[in-house]
Amino acid sequence: MAPIPDDLPPYASNPKWEQVEAAKAAAQLGGGPQRIAKQHEKGKLTARERLQVLFDPGSFREAGALVQHRCNDFGMEKQQIYGDGVVTGSGTVYGRPVFAFSQDFTVFGGSLSESHAAKICRLMDRAVAAGAPVVGLNDSGGARIQEGVMSLAGYAEVFQRNVDASGVIPQLSLVMGPCAGGAVYSPALTDFTFMVRHSSYMFLTGPDVVRSVTREEVTQEELGGAGTHTTKSGVAHGAFDNELDALAGMRELLSYLPLSNRDPLPRIPCSDPPDRLCPFLDYVVPANELQAYDMLGVIQQVVDDGQVFEISKDYAKNIITGFARLNGRTVGVVANQPAVLAGCLDIDASVKGARFVRFCDSFNIPLITFVDVPGFLPGTAQEYGGIIRHGAKLLYAYAEATVPKLTVITRKAYGGAYDVMSSKHLRADVNLCWPTGQIAVMGSKGAVEILFRGDPDQKAREAEYEAAFNNPFQAAKVGYIDDVILPRMTRKRLCAEMETLGTKEVWRPDRKHGNMPL
Amino acid sequence: MQRRGALALATLLRGAVQSAGAAPAWARPFSATAAAASVAGPRLFNKLLVANRGEIAVRVMRTAKRLGIPTVAIYSTADAAAVHARFADEAVCVGPPASTASYLNIDAILEAVQKTGADAVHPGYGFLSENPVFAKAVEAAGATWVGPPTFAIEKMGDKVESKKFAAAATVNTIPGWAGVTENADHAIEVARDIGFPVMIKASAGGGGKGMRIAWNEKELREGYELATQEAASAFGDSRMLIEKFIEQPRHIEIQVLGDKHGNVVYFPERECSIQRRNQKVIEEAPSPLVTPEMRRAMGEQAVALCKAVGYHSAGTVEFLANPQRQFFFLEMNTRLQVEHPITEAITGQDLVEHMLRVAAGERLGVTQDQLLHFSGWAMECRVYAEDPARGFLPSIGRLLHYREPRGPGVRCDSGVQEGSEISMHYDPMISKLVAHGPDRAGALAGMRSALDSYVICGVQHNAPLLRSVLDVPQFVSGSVSTAFLAQHYPTPEASAPERLTLGERQRDQLLALAAMLWVGRERRLRGGGPLQGEMELVLTLEGQQVPLTVRPAEPRMMGSAGTAGSTGSSGGTAAGQGLEVQLPHRIMYVRDAGGSTAQLVRAEVDGAPLSLQVLSAGPRQYKLQHCGAQRTVQVDTPVSAQLQQYMPPPQVEDFAKVIRSPMPGTLVSIGVLPGQHVNPGDEVAVVEAMKMRNSLRADLEGVVASVEAAAGSVVGADQVIVRFQ
Repeated sequence: MAPIPDDLPPYASNPKWEQVEAAKAAAQLGGGPQRIAKQHEKGKLTARERLQVLFDPGSFREAGALVQHRCNDFGMEKQQIYGDGVVTGSGTVYGRPVFAFSQDFTVFGGSLSESHAAKICRLMDRAVAAGAPVVGLNDSGGARIQEGVMSLAGYAEVFQRNVDASGVIPQLSLVMGPCAGGAVYSPALTDFTFMVRHSSYMFLTGPDVVRSVTREEVTQEELGGAGTHTTKSGVAHGAFDNELDALAGMRELLSYLPLSNRDPLPRIPCSDPPDRLCPFLDYVVPANELQAYDMLGVIQQVVDDGQVFEISKDYAKNIITGFARLNGRTVGVVANQPAVLAGCLDIDASVKGARFVRFCDSFNIPLITFVDVPGFLPGTAQEYGGIIRHGAKLLYAYAEATVPKLTVITRKAYGGAYDVMSSKHLRADVNLCWPTGQIAVMGSKGAVEILFRGDPDQKAREAEYEAAFNNPFQAAKVGYIDDVILPRMTRKRLCAEMETLGTKEVWRPDRKHGNMPL
Repeated sequence: MQRRGALALATLLRGAVQSAGAAPAWARPFSATAAAASVAGPRLFNKLLVANRGEIAVRVMRTAKRLGIPTVAIYSTADAAAVHARFADEAVCVGPPASTASYLNIDAILEAVQKTGADAVHPGYGFLSENPVFAKAVEAAGATWVGPPTFAIEKMGDKVESKKFAAAATVNTIPGWAGVTENADHAIEVARDIGFPVMIKASAGGGGKGMRIAWNEKELREGYELATQEAASAFGDSRMLIEKFIEQPRHIEIQVLGDKHGNVVYFPERECSIQRRNQKVIEEAPSPLVTPEMRRAMGEQAVALCKAVGYHSAGTVEFLANPQRQFFFLEMNTRLQVEHPITEAITGQDLVEHMLRVAAGERLGVTQDQLLHFSGWAMECRVYAEDPARGFLPSIGRLLHYREPRGPGVRCDSGVQEGSEISMHYDPMISKLVAHGPDRAGALAGMRSALDSYVICGVQHNAPLLRSVLDVPQFVSGSVSTAFLAQHYPTPEASAPERLTLGERQRDQLLALAAMLWVGRERRLRGGGPLQGEMELVLTLEGQQVPLTVRPAEPRMMGSAGTAGSTGSSGGTAAGQGLEVQLPHRIMYVRDAGGSTAQLVRAEVDGAPLSLQVLSAGPRQYKLQHCGAQRTVQVDTPVSAQLQQYMPPPQVEDFAKVIRSPMPGTLVSIGVLPGQHVNPGDEVAVVEAMKMRNSLRADLEGVVASVEAAAGSVVGADQVIVRFQ
C-alpha cells in the first residue's frame, strides 16, 4: 500500500484557515487578472513577478500581505485590496539577505497610501536593524489623493528613513513605471537608481503641467525617461532594455556591495591570477600625447576577468565610475576617460565622481583611481555653473575618504585636477605612475607662454619644460609618487598593495558632520 | 621627445622580461621541426640581416639563433615595438612606416648591412625577396644573398619567360599561346585554337588583378579590354597572356631545394586550394589528391625546370591540377614560401637552415630518397586580421588579449604578442598556425582544437571562418578546388562568425558549457563551494528556449576524472566540479578542466577536452564562440524564462537610415549636404584606409538629415557619417 502523502490539508474543513487562504489568494492576484494582463501588455511585470526574479528562486518571504488601507472617504471603504499596492518582504540574492518592496501598479495604480507607506517604513526599519540592503521597485501613479495629507505624510516618513539609513545600508531603487511628483525623492535619496527604457518615467511635474506653465511640448520619455536621466540629468545610474535585464543588473550590483557599513567587504573566489601581467597596457598610451585612448579598456585589463559594473556609464562620460574586483574583493574604480573631452573634469564629472567616492567610503569599499586628466574644463558655461563649487565636491569626497586609496597615473596629471584625483596630498595610500606619466602645473605650451613670454625660441623652451616635467621623476623625487611601474605590472601591484591595506585604520576628530560644498 | 619616451619604455620592457626570468613565447623552439640542433663547426655566417618584418623575420631569426648566427632586424618607425625588432640581436631603423620608404628601401637596407657588418641577407618572402636588383646589390655590397641566383629570379619572375623555360624543360604547361597576345582579335583566334573556357591574365600580374575567365568570344572580347586596363593601372604593364581555363582546379605546388653544385631535390607536394581572391588561406601537405606516381612526375618536372634555370636555394614550382590528376605548370616562386612550415613538419627539415647552408656554399644535406619518406600530415591556417563579414577588409588595432595555442604537433609562427599592433601599413597576417598529425584526420583534429583555443581579441580576424571550413564535409573528404570558399561561403554575411553553422551536437555542447559557466558564476558569487542538489535553467539560443537541469555528476560518469586539469603554472581556474547537464534529448557530462581564463574555457565534455571562447559575459547572457561559430546564449531561471514572453522586443537602430564607416580610416570626401535628396547607389562618402578607397553608397532613396563627420577627419569603425531622415 502506498504511504499516506505528507501534503494533505490539515483539516477536511476549517473555516478560519479557509478565510486566511482566500485572503492570501486574493492578495496574490493584486488588482485582478485584467489589470495584470494590461501590465503585461505594456511589457511590464507584476510586483510579485519582479520579486520572484530579483530574489534567489523560492527565497522570498512576504510580510504584510494582508494589510489594507484605512481610508473612509470618497467611497474608498468599499474598495479594499489586500496588500494595499505594495509587496514587502525579504529573501536572498546570491545567498545573501536583502529586503525589498515592490509597488503594485495593478492595485490603485500603485498609489501611496498611509498603510502602503507604513509597510515600506516597517521594512526599512527591519533592514537597518538587520544590516541588509533595501531594494525598492517603484511603479506608482503617485500619492493616494483620497487620503490627502496622510499620503504626503507617508512619503515623508519614507524620506526620513531613506536619510537615516543612508550610509548604513545600501539603498537601491529600480524605477519600473511611473514615478512622479514627490515620489521621485525616495529614489533620489537612495544610493543608486536604475530605470527601464521606454516604460519608466521620473519627473516632478509631467508633460501636461509643463505645457501649461512653460508652453514646452515634451513627451514623457523625453522629459523623464531612462534615456534622459542616464545621459542628461544624471538622476538615474543605469538604464536597461527590459525589466528582466534590469532585475539581473540589480542582482549583479548587489553582489559587489557589503550588506551594511558594518559588514566586511565581500570577497568571492577568484580564478584570475592576481599576478597576471597585462602587456597590452605597455602600449595603450599613444606616443602622440594629443591622441586619446580608452581608459575603460585599461580598467578591464587590470580587474578580475575584465568585469566592470559601470555606474552612470552614459552620463559625464569623461569620468568612469564603477565596481570591479581585485583578487575577488570589491573595489570602486574612478578614472578619467581621455577619449571623452580629453578626460577633463567638468561639473557633471565632478559630481558623478564625488557621489561615487562617498558611496564607496560609506561602505568601506577601497578606491582605485586611474588618472589622465589635463585639468578642469574651461569656459563661461562651467564657471557660471559653479565648477568651483562642484569640483570642490570631488576634492572633499576624496579628502574625506578613509578607505584604502590607490592611484595610478597613466599620463597627464595637471594642475588642480592632479591634486583632486586621489593625490598623495589627499592621503592616498599608494600612488603609482606609469613611465608615460606627466605631473605638472600645466601643459608645456601654456607654461612656456607664461614663463618665457616674449622669448623668441618658444619651441626650445617647451622642449626644456617637457624634459623637466613630462615624466614622473619630479614627483617621485619628493615622494608624491611611491613608484614608477611598467604598465604591465599594474594588476599585480594593485592586488599586492590591496592585501596590505586590508587593515587600514584612520582616526578622525569627532564632529557632527562635515560641511561639504553642496 | 616622444621618440625618446618610446625607447625608454622599450628599455624598461626589456628589463622586465629579463627580470621575470621567463622565456617569452616567441623564444621557444619549434615543436614541429625536428632538425638537428647540433651546431658543429664554424659559423655559416658572422651576422645575418633579415630584410623583412613580422612572423617571417622572427622565423628566420630563430633558425639563425639556433645555428649560432647573430641576427640583425630592420624596422620602420611604425615597428619600433614590433616583436621582430626586439627579437633580433640588433635592430636598425630603415625609415618611415610606408614600406616603399622602409622595407622596400634598398639604399637604407644596404646601409644597415654596412653599418652592422652583416655578411648575409635573408629576404624572407614578399617585399624585396624576388627583386633581382636588390639581390645583386646585396652581393655587390659584399654580403651573401640567401636566395636563388638573380638569373633565375629574373626569368621565373616573368610569366612569359618562365613558361618558355618550362616548355623547354618538358614541364606540362597549360595549353595556350606561349607569348603575349597582340590584341583581342588575336586572343579570340588563340582561344578558338585551344578551346573555351579560357583565362586571360596580365603578364606582370599577381593577386588576381587583371585576370578574367571567358566562356565564349563575346565574354573574351569584353574581358580582354577590362583586364588590359586593370593590368595597366595595377602594374603599369598591359601585356596579356591567354591560356586554357582549368575547371575545378586545385593548386598543388612542389618545394624544391638546390645547392650551388648543381644538385636539386624536390619535397612532397603542398596543396593550397583553399583560397580567397587567389590568396591562399589553408594549405596542407601532402595533398589528398596526389598519388606517389603523380608526386614523382610533378617533382621530376620541377627539378628539370630548376636545372634549366640553374636554380639553387629554396623555391616553389606551382601547378594547377584537375580532378583527373592532370597537372600544369603555373609559375615558379623564387623564394621561401609562406606555407613552408607544413613541408618542414612532415619532412623534419628546416628549410631556412638549408637556405643558409646552400648560400654558404655547402652541398645539399638531404637526399631525394629521405624526402620521399615523409611522416604524417600537416595543415596550415593563415590567420589574418580581417573581417570576413565585410568582404575580408583588413582590421587594425591592438591585440587586447592574445594567446597562441600550444600542444604536441602545434606550431604557431607569429610576429606578435599580446599588446602588439596590427597596423594599416602592412600585410594583416597575424600568424600561421600549423598542426601536424599521424594522418590527415589527426592533423585536422589538431588544427580544430588549436583554432578553438586560439584567443585573439582586439581585431576582427578569420580564425572563426577557418575553423568552420574544417567542418565542411567536402573539406573533410579532401574534395576541394580553388573555388571552395566562394562556393561554400558565397556572401560576406555567410562568413560572419554569427552565421557560421553549428551542428546539433555542437549546439548541445555549447548549451551544456553555457550552463556550466552560469552555475560556476552563481557558485562563486555565493562564496564558492560545489553545487549541491539540482538547478533548473532555461537557455535561449537562436530564439529557442531550451530547458535543462544541472546536477552534480557522479565521479564515475566523468571519464578521465582526476587526470584532467594539470595545466602547470599558467594560472587560470583549477579543475572544476563535474556536472551532469540534462538536455531535452541527451545528458552531457561537463567540467572545467582547469587552466581556464576569462576568455578561454578549457572544458571536458563527455570525457573529451574542448575549448570554448567567451567573448562577453553579462549577468543574463554570454557571447560564446564554439567551433568558430559565435552565438549569444541567454541563461534564465525557469521563472524569468517564463516571463520573457512579456518583454518588449529590443529596439534596434535602423541601419538603412545611417551610413557608417566600415572600418577605421580617413574620411576623404563627403558627397552630400543636409537636405539633399539621394537615390540608391549614390556615393555619399569616401573612406580611405589601408591605402584602399571605399566608396560608401546609399542603400535606399532618402533625404540627408545630417552629416556627422568632416572630410579629412579620422573616423572609427561603425562611426556614423551621414544620417538620413
